[in-house]
Amino acid sequence: MTEHSVTFTLNGERRDARVDPRIHLGDFLRHSLGLTGTHLGCEHGVCGACTVIVDGAPVRSCLMLAVQIDGTVVETVESLGKLGALSPLQQAFATNHGLQCGFCTPGMLMTLEAYLRTTPAPTEQDVRIAISGNICRCTGYDGIVQAALDTASTKASRT
Amino acid sequence: MPMMNFRVIAPDHLIDINRVANLAGIREAVDGIEIGAMTRQADVLASDLVKSRLPLLTRALEHVGHIQTRARGTIGGSCCHLDPSAEQPAMCAALDAEFVVVGPGGGRVIPAGDWFEGLLQSALGEQEFLDAIRFKPWAKGHGYGFAEYARRHGDFAIAGAAALLEGGRDGRITRAALLSFGVEPRPKRLSGAERTLIDQHVDSLEIEPIVAEASALDAMEDVHSTADYRRHLAGVLIRRALSEACTTMRRMS
Repeated sequence: MTEHSVTFTLNGERRDARVDPRIHLGDFLRHSLGLTGTHLGCEHGVCGACTVIVDGAPVRSCLMLAVQIDGTVVETVESLGKLGALSPLQQAFATNHGLQCGFCTPGMLMTLEAYLRTTPAPTEQDVRIAISGNICRCTGYDGIVQAALDTASTKASRT
Repeated sequence: MPMMNFRVIAPDHLIDINRVANLAGIREAVDGIEIGAMTRQADVLASDLVKSRLPLLTRALEHVGHIQTRARGTIGGSCCHLDPSAEQPAMCAALDAEFVVVGPGGGRVIPAGDWFEGLLQSALGEQEFLDAIRFKPWAKGHGYGFAEYARRHGDFAIAGAAALLEGGRDGRITRAALLSFGVEPRPKRLSGAERTLIDQHVDSLEIEPIVAEASALDAMEDVHSTADYRRHLAGVLIRRALSEACTTMRRMS
């Protein structure tokens, strides 16, 4: 199969890669680039675990082909914090018990990361609708919603 | 993409039209509003022009998928895929939209009434593509209502309904559109019920015959619901949609 060249920005760094046109973005991130922070659940756009940010918008990486990222800016969960230096949203997830098994967490984080940039002061109902495309089987969502609300109010009080 | 992921389809060739700039955009034309086939659902939902002139479409889009799928999903994609429960093609049927298609022999315009050939089957020819969808907005202040039942927010609905009303200052209805979707394989206009609404007063509608028409549809049966349950939902939902349209209708001279 003919490979295609793509040039894109990944987590702030310019990258060039050759991609097989049949590979979706999620598999490309995990298998070709070794960025296993992005999780793949249902692989047909329902569970939200594979959400990454492309050109500022949260998207399903299982519903986008890797060749389509040519010229775009891609952000994955690896762009947030690191162990010992979590991002404010990640820290709020930890504080509010917003995760148990952690499988849905990368998708939840990237969805909310993108959402809070455009909606800095959401209501609880807004947050619940924003994450309605992300399925969590452990937490019952309350901790996740609280984490998003805490992150928003902390940011607001800082500015 | 999900159909490829499921291996339901395995195309030999796939053409990415995402970067064809002319295919996307919301334009106000002399006789209405034209939405490019590649316009993202998120952009249609966020459009003030759509919200003020085609409020039913905005209202329905809140129920389409989730922020991640609306960021990539397009109105034209949904109208070509034609899932029987899909809100966007259904609203095109309610609003009597026109589908502008282009093929090797030039362009043609397909009215919504001819667009829906069957389950997942549009009137688009094999060598044609959908260029844009044209809407003729209803009068300023028209009533609009939307209702659907889905098991989870953003899922494809089991069934849904939409209503549009225009009336005079005295509250008498002069124009009506009623639609059930997700019930039959194609969105279904309740044309008998639409006729009965004309000249009725918005505060004292005879709703039962309308519910009866919706409840008599030739409903589909699947793993989510029996035909009887779908017919029941069709009646409940048309009542809700119509009641919302009565509430949103501003009385004009």
